[in-house]
Amino acid sequence: MDVDLIFKIAAIGIVTAVLNRVLNQSGREEMAMMTTLAGVVVVLMMVISLISNLFNSVRTMFHL
Amino acid sequence: MDIMKIVMVGIIAALLAVVLKEEKPEMAVAISIVTGLVIFVFVITKLNSVMMVLKHFAAKANIDILYFSTILKVIAIAYITEFGAQICRDAGEGAIAAKIEFAGKVLIMVIAIPILAALMDIMIKIIP
Repeated sequence: MDVDLIFKIAAIGIVTAVLNRVLNQSGREEMAMMTTLAGVVVVLMMVISLISNLFNSVRTMFHL
Repeated sequence: MDIMKIVMVGIIAALLAVVLKEEKPEMAVAISIVTGLVIFVFVITKLNSVMMVLKHFAAKANIDILYFSTILKVIAIAYITEFGAQICRDAGEGAIAAKIEFAGKVLIMVIAIPILAALMDIMIKIIP
């Protein structure tokens, strides 16, 4: 059970939220958008690897 | 105690998701997905010994391996479908969740067709 991933995603979320605020305040909306997008992509990569792990374990468990 | 661990992980993840929901709803969804996956993978490794016992009983009772593996496949499809539908519903997409559940039902029906065919064969044999 690797709980680290949950904390990692929460940290990425908080950091991107803060960056988004700062960049929006300094008037760089396009950079804020880019940081949001990058954060979502990074998190999605983590989640996808975990989902494939789950599918593999289910497949071996139930002999599909 | 494993259940304590799982409950603690769930509570912490729920707190983090609530903190992030204001600023970044998509990250909150990712946290809920990852928490569900972590707990699910943790639990499914425990299920291994139960599977062994069930298979042993099935072999002892002379049940056709086709039927047993069909049941296992149905259970797996039900688990995964429920998981995906729950996450979609959590993210506020009830329509997609309903479609996932519908797809799961259809696939379970497709898998169960051989058993239905066998049942029909038996019935036709009994009632000439």
